[in-house]
Amino acid sequence: MDFISRNLPYLLAGISVGGQYALIAIGYTMVYGILRLINFAHGDIFMVAGLIMVYACTAMPIYIAIPIVLIATVIIGFLIERVAYKPLRQAPRMSVMISAIGVSYLLQNLALYITGGLAQQYPPIPWISDSITIFGASTKRVTVITPVLTLILVLVLVALLKYTKIGMAMRAASKDFETSQLMGIKINSVISMTFIIGSFLAAVGSLLYFTNYTGVVPTSGAMPGLKAFVAAVFGGIGSIPGAVIGAFIIGICENIIKGMGWTTFSDAFTFVLLIIILIVKPTGLFGEKATDKV
Amino acid sequence: MTKRKETIINVACIAALLAVLFVMEQVLPPTNMIFTVLKKGAIYALVAVSMNLLNGFTGLFSLGQAGFMLLGAYTYGILTIPVEDRANVYMYYDGGIIQFVVPVMVAIVAAGIVAAIFAYLIGLPVLRLKSDYLAIATLGFAEIIRAFFQWDKLGPLTNGSNLLRSYPTFKSVLFPFIVSGVCIAIIVMLINSTYGRAFKAIRDDEIAAEAMGINLAHHKRIAFVVSSFFAGISGALLAMYQTTVQASMFKSAMTYEILLIVVIGGIGSITGSCISSFLFIALSEWLLRFLDNDTYIGNFHVPFLRAGFRMVVFSVIIMIIVLFFRKGIMGDKEFSVRGIYNFFHRKSKNGKNAGGDTK
Repeated sequence: MDFISRNLPYLLAGISVGGQYALIAIGYTMVYGILRLINFAHGDIFMVAGLIMVYACTAMPIYIAIPIVLIATVIIGFLIERVAYKPLRQAPRMSVMISAIGVSYLLQNLALYITGGLAQQYPPIPWISDSITIFGASTKRVTVITPVLTLILVLVLVALLKYTKIGMAMRAASKDFETSQLMGIKINSVISMTFIIGSFLAAVGSLLYFTNYTGVVPTSGAMPGLKAFVAAVFGGIGSIPGAVIGAFIIGICENIIKGMGWTTFSDAFTFVLLIIILIVKPTGLFGEKATDKV
Repeated sequence: MTKRKETIINVACIAALLAVLFVMEQVLPPTNMIFTVLKKGAIYALVAVSMNLLNGFTGLFSLGQAGFMLLGAYTYGILTIPVEDRANVYMYYDGGIIQFVVPVMVAIVAAGIVAAIFAYLIGLPVLRLKSDYLAIATLGFAEIIRAFFQWDKLGPLTNGSNLLRSYPTFKSVLFPFIVSGVCIAIIVMLINSTYGRAFKAIRDDEIAAEAMGINLAHHKRIAFVVSSFFAGISGALLAMYQTTVQASMFKSAMTYEILLIVVIGGIGSITGSCISSFLFIALSEWLLRFLDNDTYIGNFHVPFLRAGFRMVVFSVIIMIIVLFFRKGIMGDKEFSVRGIYNFFHRKSKNGKNAGGDTK
């Protein structure tokens, strides 16, 4: 019993962080599934959503601020795709990846300029920031809400992919980019939709994630972004359930390692996991086997 | 133009460059911004060329450069801090466990060797991966190395997350120029050798290269290890330039900067990487500085100009280059005496001498 009560806070934190990583990871995995692009800027979109929340809350009440954050993030994600990735559709994959790194650099520098390099205090969101007690472990309500909300959003997304027309188009585009174009799928609107969904989920993730932290700095998106990407690879890139499971595993393991007093290695662990999975099973847990033709 | 004549002109150009640098150091005050640009530019040129060897010539998209620079910087620092200063530097770890120093040049080479050994070990599993998976895995390794060096238990060796300092540094701008120059010359020779041709074949088509009898694993490993060796050396130079070393400095943002230098210079062009690294450093450290200061023209307060604006403008410029000038400054061409000679020659003979490649 003593063991449980000592480790429960870490487990809870792990599940919570895992859910937040899952929301970011879906954005990575969907974009990669269609464009074969690691969207390095995705972590920074997540950070920008946090900053918008900070600034929106100073100007307006919170129930207006939250929808504004969601809408603004979606618009930013959409614009980034149109400006930075669309012109490179025919270019080699490396160019698009470099463009993504450039966007990430730009967003970080822009954030640095606007904030002046100071950590911005994240506003407490009423109700979900309140403290509660579970099995004797005190935590914020967001810890409990995150996994539930994540699961609901994932179910909605899976249903969207399975039963709607645009979802079917997305699945077709991720199977075979060229052929789906020949079949009359408007590939640009499909890609835009992917970025819109990804950015929306990243914005929700940022609302939940930053509630646990005191402030937002321009680089706060980089690490969660990389970890979410690892989660997406771990679960098999292109697979949404895979990304979610990968994210929960990474979140929980990371916090248990922190609990064992190895905080220095909690970040490193994620990458060790990545390298192990890439060597043992390069397609991830649920990935489909791809064969390159000569 | 004969080969002999070309060599003579090249040597003369290098000698003239060094002479100009030497004269500049005698004439200009040492605090002049241009020396910062030249020193840092030379160091970044080396690491950019080493990255270009991997990304541009072998087609291995690796993002581990900052990690190998960290290894080089720490090796240099650890091996050269004078014994009498160690108690002071390693004040939390009873003076550390290493109680000897080696000469500067030996330490620089050792920095490269340590980076190369790590690259060999990392390469065993990682080089089996392809394109973006390789990028993420090497990025991950750079992060692991950084975390590892800040680990408290390694404190007696690495000083934990504290600074390494008071090791010998360089005063003259000639030092980084000569070291970088020699290293880049070695890389150029490697690229022009049979190994270099094999690298290019791997870049253009792995499967075709393998069918032609090139041992993929062997050549990829050589490119990776050599590139890391020189990244380690440039890490040592960076440590000397900055006079202090701390693991938290070598973030992935550093790798991104180097990658952007390579892209701006042109992927697959050695001279392009050199030119763009000086340009990059000059712009970011010097020429765009005015954007960071509040400026008044008469009574008019120029909008937007305040701390941080420089980097915003700078990243917008980079995005424009990435989007619209994808080939960078040089494309995959080289800037050379022969190229210029051929250019003028062809003009005067009106295309009679056509077919002269800029190489």
